[in-house]
Formats: sequence, structure tokens, C-alpha cells
Amino acid sequence: MPTVLLFAAVLAPVALGYFFGRRWALGAGGRRVPGHFGIFVGLCALLPGLAVLALWLALEERVVTAMAAAALPAGLAGLPAERLALVMNQVANIAAGTVAAQSEAMAAAAAHYRALGGYAQLLMPLAVAAAAAAGFMAGRRMLRADFAARSAVERIVLALFMVCSCAAILTTVGIVLSVLFETLRFFEKVSPAEFLFGLEWSPQTAIRQDQVGASGSFGAVPVFAGTLLITVIAMAVAAPLGLLSAVYLAEYAPRRVRAVAKPLLELLAGIPTVVYGFFAALTVAPLVRDGGAWLGLTAASESALAAGLVMGVMIIPFVSSLSDDVISAVPAALRDGSLGLGATRSETIRRVVLPAALPGIAGSLLLAVSRAIGETMIVVMAAGLAARLTANPLDAVTTVTVQIVTLLTGDQEFDSAKTLAAFALGLLLFLVTLIMNLIALFIVRRYRENYE
Amino acid sequence: MVKAEHNTPTAGDITAANPHMRARGVNVYYGGKQAIFSVSVDIGRNEVLAMIGPSGCGKSTFLRCLNRMNDTIPNCRMDGEVTLDGDDIYGGKLDVVELRARVGMVFQKPNPFPKSIYDNVAYGPRLHGLVQGRAQTDEIVQKSLHRTGLWAEVKDDLGKAATGLSGGQQQRLCIARAIAVSPEVILMDEPCSSLDPIATARIEELIDELRRHYAIVIVTHSMQQAARVSQRTAYFHLGRLIEVGPTPEIFTRPQHELTENYLTGRFG
Repeated sequence: MPTVLLFAAVLAPVALGYFFGRRWALGAGGRRVPGHFGIFVGLCALLPGLAVLALWLALEERVVTAMAAAALPAGLAGLPAERLALVMNQVANIAAGTVAAQSEAMAAAAAHYRALGGYAQLLMPLAVAAAAAAGFMAGRRMLRADFAARSAVERIVLALFMVCSCAAILTTVGIVLSVLFETLRFFEKVSPAEFLFGLEWSPQTAIRQDQVGASGSFGAVPVFAGTLLITVIAMAVAAPLGLLSAVYLAEYAPRRVRAVAKPLLELLAGIPTVVYGFFAALTVAPLVRDGGAWLGLTAASESALAAGLVMGVMIIPFVSSLSDDVISAVPAALRDGSLGLGATRSETIRRVVLPAALPGIAGSLLLAVSRAIGETMIVVMAAGLAARLTANPLDAVTTVTVQIVTLLTGDQEFDSAKTLAAFALGLLLFLVTLIMNLIALFIVRRYRENYE
Repeated sequence: MVKAEHNTPTAGDITAANPHMRARGVNVYYGGKQAIFSVSVDIGRNEVLAMIGPSGCGKSTFLRCLNRMNDTIPNCRMDGEVTLDGDDIYGGKLDVVELRARVGMVFQKPNPFPKSIYDNVAYGPRLHGLVQGRAQTDEIVQKSLHRTGLWAEVKDDLGKAATGLSGGQQQRLCIARAIAVSPEVILMDEPCSSLDPIATARIEELIDELRRHYAIVIVTHSMQQAARVSQRTAYFHLGRLIEVGPTPEIFTRPQHELTENYLTGRFG
């Protein structure tokens, strides 16, 4: 019932405003489009209503809790802040009926809490309606014969668009900030120099002082080396395969082949990475191990090579599809110009088409690298967990993303260096991919100016 | 006066005194649709042959037959005979790469490669191994740019991107690029259609100078341009070569009714 009331409180003034605005405009001579006046007054009612609603929802619980805490019975008053929070949590649970009250005082507090909540529920639609009504009145007062309703509406809607576009940006900022603060806390325990340049990664912290392995070490170098190794292997697979298939698709493939092959290739990008992960772990990793053994090399049963190979296949579509688009976008006039000078098709591709498309191709490669760096599932399943500083692709290695996953899964205390290390890794990884993306963006933008 | 029937044989004289290329009975088809109907014409040494006619009359298509650029269009098929110095260009004897080096092409829209001015001109000579080392390349680049009158304008900017030049300069660069491989024939497909009158005049002068070294075939929409630059003119209509002859005669005494109608502006 309160929900219905709430909707009514928001929408009724809006509808009223719309019809009032329209009527007013029609009455005032119908010189302009009456709908604009209606929408204007409607928006005037809608926005304050929504703003109050949002504020109310954000603050209600806090205010109710504070009021209930202030009115706690004598036996519970005057507690320190931490205890108080605990007590209020319990009070809320009792009020919701999930826990039974253990004392008279608690029961009384819960009853009070529930009553406050009830008032709030009743007051909310009223407050919203009042705000909407006030907006309506303000909008109504602005109606004059010479009022430019359309441009006012357009300004309001434009502002709404801007707010929407800010949502994604604000989320990004929020993510960065939350990671940043945890990282700062991590750096209070471990020095940045050790983190950035330390060569050993074994993120343990002791629970008891005398525990074995009590001293953890947080050198991120082996972890990033693992990421680098796997990314290099993946790109060694994806770059040639992706580029050659892009050249084939864009330049040589008959139209019918292209129509079938391109969507099929893009289908690769749609396979969930966890599926790639078990393909890597169950099929490719044993193959690599057996192949290594057959050649007389010792290969771990989980190896960087297995994970890198499968990841390379996974990012082929990023390279091939984007590069294909870029190559196809090279103007036909350039091809004709080269062919007209007596160049063969392959000379034309090598000397004119690919150089012209190079910035776009570089962009697609960098995008694929970003993808490979950030990829988690395949490496978790196929590359192992040992943080080893090695360049041998047959060894098990670990990557930044894998370490973040292992540090943050399971029960964790959020003030140990071990857990906080995950945020530091995350921030550094974010910075690396951000730089890659910026470079890619810069290159692609330069490429766009090329044919103007 | 020949009546306006479409399948009459070409009026006028299709032969040139000193032919460099000859086309005989050329038909071109796009898929099932025939675009060129039995066109025969000679291209003489050191002369400019202008091809005029209303849009879609097949003059560009025919032009592209002369260096086999139509090969790059899927579904495009031709029959008939085209010879260069007596060799059938569609026979096995002449490789298409060699043909295009000997019969160069300049396109409707200037299409410099996104490279430096220098590399644009040096592209063809390097490709065909005409130059060894920097000195020879420098020489051929300078010579080609000189011949197109571009040298004075760009000699200090050879390393700059060719795409930064003005439209007229770009088109002259494309001509320089074409003559850098020392072709025998140059095909020009409406080379001035995207240029302003001053740049157009510059190109027309250039065409007249180039005639001393090359045979030139130019497709144009402008009858004035055909009159100004060409020695012989061919009039195309709906895929047929209606009339061909010395330019002054075509413009003053057309033999075919369709030619006369076009020249007097009754259509086209």
C-alpha cells in the first residue's frame, strides 16, 4: 500500500501539472505548442518529488536509528559508540521480528524503533507530494504569455541527459577511490618501494606471533612478471593469427566466405571465459605437460604456456574483427591508385593498405593486450598459483588477477596486509590497463584524422 | 547526318595515324548486364583522346578496360581485343602488372597514399625496381615533380604528408606518381572534376605538355575541356561509341544526330 501511495504522490502532481500547463497554453491563445507548457509544468512537479524521494530513501534509516538511539531506555543509554551500533543493530532485528527480545529494555526500544519506522513510512509520501506540489506551484507561476516553454523543457531534459552520462563516470571514480583508500591503508603496513620492487610474493600474515611463515613478503614483481609472461604468450598467438585472418577476411575472402566466417570468429568472443578456463585446464595443460615430457622437458601440469595459448585464442576475435574493420575502411581509391601503378595485390596490401591501417591495427592489438592483462578465469584454472619469477613458459606462474581472487576469496579480515594487498594489486593493474587504453585511444584518434 | 539509332556502327574514323593502343569489338558486362557494346577505337601516339558523353554512358568503364582495372571489380567480364604496341593485353603474353606500369592511370578523386610526398612519387619506381639507391630515386622524384610543375611548390616539403596538399596539388602529385614509372599511355578519369577552375587550368596545361611524351586518354564531363585539351574526341552514348574523330570536326561538324544533340546541350 505505501508503494502505491508513493507512486500516486509522485505521479499525480506530474499529471496534474501536465494538464494544467496544456490548458493554460490553450487558454492563452494557443500561440505555441501547448504540449511544451504541459511538459514543463509536469517536469517542475516531477523533479522536486524525485529529489525528495531519493534523499528520503538515502537518509531514512540513519535518521530513524539515530532517533531511536537517542530515546533508548535508561538501562541502555550512555554506551560507547561501538557497543551502541551493535545494540541498535539488534534493536532493528527485533523490530523486524527476526530475533526475540532478551530484555524488557530491548523490547521497548524495538517497539519505539518500529513506531518511528511507521511514521516515516507515512510521512514519506506526504513529503514527496508536498515537494511535488511546491514544484508545481513554482512552475505555474513562471507561466507567462512570453515564456519560452520549449527551450526551458529542452534545458531541463539536457540536464537530465548530463546526469545520466555522469552516472558511469561517477561509478568509475567511486571504484578508483575505494581501491585507492584501501591501497593507502596497505601502504601503511608495507612500504610502496617493497611492493613495487620486491622480488618475492608470499602474502601471509601471522595470526599468532610465533607462527611459522609469520613474515609475509609483498613484492609484486613476480606477480606482474607472470601476467607479462602470459600476456606475451597470448599475444604471440593472437597477433599473427588475428592479423592474418583480418587481412584474409578484408582483402581476399569472397563475400560469401566473409559473411559466414566473420560472425563465427566473433562468436569466439562470446564464449564465457570460464569455459575457456576448463578447456585450458583439462585439455591444453595436460597436452603441454605430456608434450614437454615427450621432448624431455619438465613441464608443470599447470603452465603459463597452456593458459597463454588458450587466452591467445580467446582474444583472436578482438584483433581480427577490429583490424578487419580498419583494413576495410581504407578507401578503395588508395587500392586503385596502387594497383593502377602496377602493384600486385599483395604489394598493395603490404605497402599501402597495411601502413594506412596501421594505427587502427595497433589500437586493436593494444585492446587485446588490455584484455589479456585483465583476464582472470583462464589463468586461475590453468596457470597455477605459485608466484615464481620465471621466464620459462612451462612453469606454473601466477598473475595479478589470480592473486586478487585468491586473496579475496574465503573468510578474510579486512585490516590485514594480506587482504589489503589485493587492492594495491588492483590499483596497479588498473593503472597499467588505463595507460594501455589511453595509448590505444590516442593512436586511433590520430588515425581518424588521416583521410580528412 | 546519321539518324539517332543506337546500334549503328561508329560514325567518323576510329583509326589513328600512329596507333599506340587499339581496341576492337570490346564488350563489357557487369554480371548479366552489358555495359559496353562493341567499342572499337585507336589511341594514337602523342595525342590526347577525349571521351565525352552523358553520365553512365560507359566511358569510364571503357577507360578501365585499357589497363585492366576492371579486373578488380567482381562480376565484371569483358571480351573483344585490346592491344598495346600490337600485343593483346588480355592474352597471356603481357602480365597485368607490366601492363599497368606501361598504361598508367589518374583517378577522378586525387588519391595520394598517406605517405610523404617523396614516398608517393617513389612508390612506383621502387615497386618495379627502376631505381637503386637514394640518388637515383631522388633524381626520378625530382624529374617527375618538375614535369608536373609541382617541384617549385613542394621542394622544401618532400618529407611532409601528401594528404596535406591542396586538391589541385594532390592531383598533380598523382600525375607525377603515374609518370614516375615512365608509362607509355596515361589514362585520366575525370581528373579535374573535384578541382576549382584555376587548378583545372593548371592540369589542362600539364596535359598538353605531357602529350609530347605520352599518349593520353581523358574522360571528361566538360565539353569545353575536351575541346581545349584533345586532338581527337570520342562520343559515348548508352555503352556505345557513337562517333569519333578529330576534335575540331566533332565540335563543328558532328556526323551523328546523337553527338550533335549532346554538343548542343539538348541532353546529357
